[in-house]
This record gives sequence, structure tokens and C-alpha cells, in this order.
Amino acid sequence: MKPTDTARPDHFHQVVDCQWGCPAHTDVPHYIRQIAQGDYTGAYLENRKSNVFPGILGRVCDRPCEPACRRGRLDEEPVAICRLKRVAADLSDDIREYLPPKGPSNGKRIACIGAGAASLAVANDLLPLGYDIVMYEQHDKPGGLMRTNIPSFRLPAEVLDDEIAMIVERGVDLRLNTKVESMQALLAEGYDAVFVGTGAPRGKNLDLPGRYDTDRIHIGIDWLEEVAFEHTDTIGENVLIIGVGNTAMDCCRTSLRLGGKNVKVMARKPRSWFKASEWELEDAEEENVDILINHAPKEFVVKDGQLKGMLFDKLHYDIDENGRLSDPTIIEEVFIECDDVILAIGQDNAFPWIEKETGLELTQWDTPVVHETNHSSSIEGLFFGGDAAYGPKNIIWAVEHGHRAAISIHKYCEGEDISDRPPRGMNLLSTKMGIHEWSYSNDFDDVPRHKMNHVDLVQRFKDIKIEVELGFSAEQTAREVERCLNCDIQTVFAAKLCIECDACMDICPTHCLTITDNGEEDDLRGRLRAPANNKTQILYVSDALPQTGKVMVKDEDLCVHCGLCAERCPTGAWDMRKSRVSIPYASGTKHIAAAS
Amino acid sequence: MSFLKKPNIAHPGLPKNEIGLTIRDYEGAMSTLCAGCGHDSISSAIMQAYFELSVEPHRVAKVSGIGCSSKTPTYFLGGAHGFNSVHGRMPSIATGANAANRELNYIGVSGDGDSLSIGLGQFGHAIRRNINMMYLIENNGVYGLTKGQFSASADRGSTAKKGDANPYSPIDPVLLAISLGCTFVGRGFSGDKEHLVPMLKSAIKHEGFALLDIISPCVTFNDHEGSTKSYAHTRANLRETVYADFTEHHEEIIAQVDPGEYKKITMHDGSRVGFKRVDESYDPTNRVSAISYIEEHRAKGEVVTGLLYMEESSSEMHSVLGSNKQAMATLPYNQLNPGSETLARIQARWR
Repeated sequence: MKPTDTARPDHFHQVVDCQWGCPAHTDVPHYIRQIAQGDYTGAYLENRKSNVFPGILGRVCDRPCEPACRRGRLDEEPVAICRLKRVAADLSDDIREYLPPKGPSNGKRIACIGAGAASLAVANDLLPLGYDIVMYEQHDKPGGLMRTNIPSFRLPAEVLDDEIAMIVERGVDLRLNTKVESMQALLAEGYDAVFVGTGAPRGKNLDLPGRYDTDRIHIGIDWLEEVAFEHTDTIGENVLIIGVGNTAMDCCRTSLRLGGKNVKVMARKPRSWFKASEWELEDAEEENVDILINHAPKEFVVKDGQLKGMLFDKLHYDIDENGRLSDPTIIEEVFIECDDVILAIGQDNAFPWIEKETGLELTQWDTPVVHETNHSSSIEGLFFGGDAAYGPKNIIWAVEHGHRAAISIHKYCEGEDISDRPPRGMNLLSTKMGIHEWSYSNDFDDVPRHKMNHVDLVQRFKDIKIEVELGFSAEQTAREVERCLNCDIQTVFAAKLCIECDACMDICPTHCLTITDNGEEDDLRGRLRAPANNKTQILYVSDALPQTGKVMVKDEDLCVHCGLCAERCPTGAWDMRKSRVSIPYASGTKHIAAAS
Repeated sequence: MSFLKKPNIAHPGLPKNEIGLTIRDYEGAMSTLCAGCGHDSISSAIMQAYFELSVEPHRVAKVSGIGCSSKTPTYFLGGAHGFNSVHGRMPSIATGANAANRELNYIGVSGDGDSLSIGLGQFGHAIRRNINMMYLIENNGVYGLTKGQFSASADRGSTAKKGDANPYSPIDPVLLAISLGCTFVGRGFSGDKEHLVPMLKSAIKHEGFALLDIISPCVTFNDHEGSTKSYAHTRANLRETVYADFTEHHEEIIAQVDPGEYKKITMHDGSRVGFKRVDESYDPTNRVSAISYIEEHRAKGEVVTGLLYMEESSSEMHSVLGSNKQAMATLPYNQLNPGSETLARIQARWR
């Protein structure tokens, strides 16, 4: 292999699995260290730079960082990153004075359609540059899906209101109860750019016999919205939820708080194929929701205009050696009684208000053609982001779309090429403080992941607004922060200093270092001191070593960043250096590169 | 030395040996030697060798004397027995321990000071008795613990850190051992585990006294230009001559005959040591030619490495003495001590 080019910002960025896995690239190890030091405000600001809504995401983020966490690959559970984010949000001071105010008007007007995560992120990035933002919202409160689809026992309204206010109060012209009915009309208003962040508001229907013979069959996201705006506050005792994604989990737990006693979630496939996150499934099961697998909906049974129940085909699957499901065979027909059915089988983005005459290029599914990185559409100056762009994802993706679209809008308004994206940077700073002292906590801490404390099972059902998760205690926080492996403290190697004494190889607890003859990647992976079969993780290959011409190879997979290689190195060929990726934003306030 | 312990976390895919242990189970305490010390690398090779041989750590006895090298038994096989003895007196302790319990696996770790100066006499007699043990000399040419004076193995003309040249001629433990009749003699280099590990495995399995002289650079006092025991000088002047290729008795021999391999010796338990000759003229079973070969290359400033001499029919101390097959340590007390009546009967025979 060729010597690894560590000057490329992506190289060390990739080693920080959580940050690399996060769509918005939040510098997780950095803010965890800030929490460890009691700098909650700093940790909140660090989060806010990239993900804009730390308090919201600290509760309901989809957490792509956690499955990516290196700790999970060491036969353990990942660091509770999301919970720690909430600690920062719960304990942070008011940070309003640190936010840049709206800049002097640059005379440019931008329309944002929908007041959800994506539009708010666009506004957050463009306000300091002096743009006038007009934000249209059909409901009487901003927040979009975050407000309508996430029940308040998971995300309290105050948290939502506060973090949205931090953006809106800096000068967004927010027009509530104003549904945009015509794209043509809007485009005619002469905005300098338009951003569409209308989400994926159309819940999928299940057109089976009996569907329209009763009013007790609800579309999940519409029903959650009615609950959120307090238009619905009861439900029957026996409730069936069709589908087993995160919306289904919200529906079943909401049902329990509105009078549901016997709530069943009906899944078509076995558990490993569930779409819901494992932790959302656990929370639902803790509340005694039944999840029935291998049931395919067949018919709504309605008698005299009253919903009696549903018929299902009970299925059997075989799983082949590649872990794939076979086509199902029907074992029997099952009738399950119920008073209400909630359909939570997916959602689509929908644009009935965009007229053909606008000339917007559409895909075969009638969704707009949107550029993958700059979020432009076929109409100049019209951008899409969030679920509206590529269908349902999650909040953290919507925020990242907002950041990217804001860069595009700014470039577009400045007459620059929007496909020319600003580059990322990388800063490295040694953490060496003394002979064997580092400016980070390098010792490996083998405590298990801490469990979130919940409100007890009686108390929590008394009011739908009671937040179930209590947040980490001070003791839990103090221990959990130490579980972070500090993957951003990089092992940086200087081949020319190496005398090949093998000290680093010998001391490495996870055997990730090898000095060997160079070769092609597959060959090299086979010759390392411990199995290096995880090809999603990169190999570092040094320049030829001065004494033998061999190379130092590091398998980044399981390095615990304990720094012992650097402590045992007699010549300082290894150093532990803190990496800081700089991510560009429209407002030009890059991630401050200085390591602190 | 590092202040923190080696983290108690391992690669989940780490291979296990026949008795279900991983290499991590062969570790000892955290080393307090200088970072980059050759000795630490040898400790690591020792762990690898015992791991590969699937030896239970508690069936090993580690003995040592005084010096940097003699500290190292603490840093490997934490589950083994150990005795850190008086300077240069490790061979006596090893002899006694071996006499009392022939069933343990003995490893003696010593240095050039411990074996070639204060302990030279003891070293010679342990060889003469052919005690069943592996005896390592971690050879760095200096007294590291007392700040870098020349040791008895320092080459003439080799310079100290401050520049003074050594006026004395060195004692070469390999030549000394062969001439004393040692039945297994090899020389390795701490910076070359690929060849060191199979040599260690062969030495562990050898029935009799197996001496390995291992060049082990002292990073603090003897890794400078002018030193003949530095990493760079050793690598530049290493002359790989014969290296061991160790196969355990139950492992299948690969049918293909390795063209570089010219001789195999079967050991007492059926394991085989294959000799791979780099230099075709070398005969590792001939004492006279081995000595002259080593001398010849030493004169050219080269360090001859490999499994340099091995005697096929070695008789270790217990078989020479015809002592009890069962270890004395495990004999019931009434057999170990037959009592005053029996003693009186024996004494009566000479009255």
C-alpha cells in the first residue's frame, strides 16, 4: 500500500467514528470532554455549532453516532452519547449572548417554506449574514415534525420552544397559520432564493377491505399531530398499531396515555427486520406494549359501522444462509379484536401545491429532482432540504441539509458557483504535557454503559406531558464521560524517528500495531498481529522505516487511544495529537480549529 | 515507565491456543524499564513462545539474578512461579529448584553482567550439569542500572555514551557455552521476533541446558553511534546463519520439503526442530566448525545469529544422576524423608 496521506482532513476524521457517522459531524469526543470538565455551556455551544438543536437532539436524535461508536466493537455497549448531549443542554447557562445577532441587512430576501428543523437551520446560518428570512408555517406553532410527530412525553414543548426561539427571535419573519398553497404565486413574489423544508407530511394508507367503513382507523402521523395540538385526547381500550417503525412506537405509547389499555403493535416480519430503533422498542416494551411478529394485515372487520377488529394472515419465513428472509407462507388466519387502528407504515413527501407550470423537474415518484450535495432543484434559486428533499430521514439529517442549503443559497445570492463547495480542514495539536502525561484522560475505564432513569410506570401515564426520561444524574454523567475512548486524540507517527524496537507493538492492549513488509491491503490485513477483518475501518501505513525498510501498519478498528504506544516510544516517533475537523458553514464561522 | 496499567481490554478476535488462553493471559506486570528497551521486546517474544506452545503459565518457574534483565520475569507470565535471586547466583537457585521439582518448565533470565561477570562461574557449572532449563542472556554490553559502564560482553573499541572506547576484549557467551559442552546454543536479536520466537520455542522444548544469547540494545546508554550493540549497528552487521523452524509433535509436517531446510532433529517429546541454513557452509551439529565459523565472522565485526549449535543426544541432569522420575516436591513426606531408622541403616553400611 502507499503511505497513508494523513494530511487529508478525512483521514483522521474517519477515525472519530461518532463524528464521522453523524450527518452534521458534531465533535462528540470534544464536547464529552467539556462535560467532563463541567463546561456545560461550552459543550452546548459545541453541539449547537453543528446540530443547532442540542436539547431536542439530546432526547430524540436517531443517534447514528452510537452504533458507530468504537466502544461497541470492543464487545461492549457504545458510549451514551445522546444522553450526554442532553446533560449539556440541561445544565448549560443561557447561551443567547454567544449567538451572533442578525447582521446588517444585505438586501436579500429568502423564503423558507415550513418551520421545521431544516428551515430553522437555514435561517440560523443565514441570519448573521444579513439575509431577511421569511418563514411560512401552516400551523400556529413552529417546529414542524418535531412538534407534531414526537409526543411531548419524549420531547417537552418547553425545550422545543426554547431552541426554536433562539433562532426566530433573532429576526426571522415567521408567518404562522400561513399555508403556502401555490409555488407559482410564491416564486412570483420575487424572493432572492426559496428553500422548501416541508417535510414528509403524507402518511401511507392501507387500502384493505373495510378501510372506509369506520372513522376509527387513523393515519399515524396525522393522529399524532391531532394529539399534539390537543384536537384528540381519547382512544379506545384496545388499539392495534400497524407497522413497527419509530412512528409506531410513538403511536403505541401515546395510545397508552389517552386511555388505551391493551395496545398491540403488529409487525409483518421478525424482530431483526424492525425499522424502529432498539431503544425505542425497549421503551415501548417497558410500558407493556405487545409486539406481535409475522402478522400481515388482511381486512378491517366492521359490523354495523363499528370497528370490531382486524383479520391477519399469520406468516412463516425461512431465513437463508445469507440471513435473507424467504417469501412468506401463510400458516393461518387470525382475528384480533380492537376499537381503534393506527396505521404507521411509512410516510412520503408530497407537493400538491407545486404546479406543473413551474417547470420543476420531478422524479418518477413525483418528488423533485434535488442535487445530492448542494440541494438545488431544476429551478434556479429553489432549494429543497430535510425530508422534503429525499424522503423521510431524521432531524439530524434535516439540520445538515439546512447547513448545506444555506451555503448554496449564500453562494447563489453572491453569484458564485454553488457546486464549488468550501473545503474541510484539519488541525492537529500535541496533547503531551510531561513524560507520561497527556492533556486528556487516557486510561481505559471499563465501566458498563449507564442506564437512563425513567419516571415510574404508574406516575408516567397520569399526564401525556410528563417526560419519561429523567436525564443522567451527576454521578452517572461523571462515570459515563470516562467511557469515551477519545478517538479524536490521534496516534500520529513519524516514520523517520522509528528505531523498530517494537515497544509500541508489545504494549498495545488491542494489538493494533504491526511492523511488517509492505504489501497490498488484503495481503497486509492477513499478516497483522490481530485479525483485521473489519474493512470499514482504515489501515494506516507509514513510510518505509529507516533501519529495515519495513512499514508500520495500524489497524484503526479497535485502538482505544490509551496513548501507551506514545508512552513506550523511546524516540517520540508516536505522539498523541488532538484532531479538530473544521467544517465550513455559510456564516463563515468555521468550527474553531484551536484545540482546547 | 508508564503510570497507568495496560488497559484490561483485548481485541475480541484474538486467537486462542489449545488450552483456551489468549496471548493476554501470558502477560505480567507493567514494565518499569526504559521505553524502547530491548528486554521488553524479549519479554514479549517469551510470552508469544509459551502461548504458542500452550504451556500453562503456572507450570513455569522464572528465575533471575540482578540487573535490568533480571527484573523482567515480573513483566511476563504473571501466573508463573518466580524467584529473583542474588546477583549472579541464579544458576544455583535454578539447579536447586530443578532438583526438587523436575516437572516445572524453567526459564532463567540473566544479563551480560549477571552471567559474564559476577556469575560467570555459576553460569559455567549450570552448563556442565546440563540442567533442564532455558537460560537467556539479555545482552546489551553495558551496566544499565548503574548508568552505562562497559560490561564483559562489550566489544573492544566500542564506545560509551560519552565517547570513551572499551579497551578489553569481550567474553562471547555463545563461544564460551559451546566450548563448555552446552547442548543447545543460539543467538538472537530483540528486534527480530520472527526468528527469535521459534528459537525460544525450541529452547523451551530442549531437554537440557539451552542457552540463548539475545542482543538487546540499551536505548538509554548504548544505542548511539560507536556502540556495537545498538539497534542500527546490530541490524547492519547481523549475519543470519541458521534459523530454527519449530514444529510441535502433533502438528503435521507439510509434505513439501523446504529446499532451504537441510536437517531435522526430533526432540524427546517428538517435537522437531528444522534447521534452515542461510549460509550453506554452516553445520550446527559440529562443535569445531561452529566455533571456527563464529570466530571467523566475529573477526569481521559480524554478529552471527541463529540456532548455532545443538546436540542431538542431550542428557540432562536428572537422567545423568538417575534420580527419581517423580518430582521430589510431589513425593509424600515419608518417602522424601525415610526416617532416622533408615538413615541409621544406610550409615551402618559404611561403618
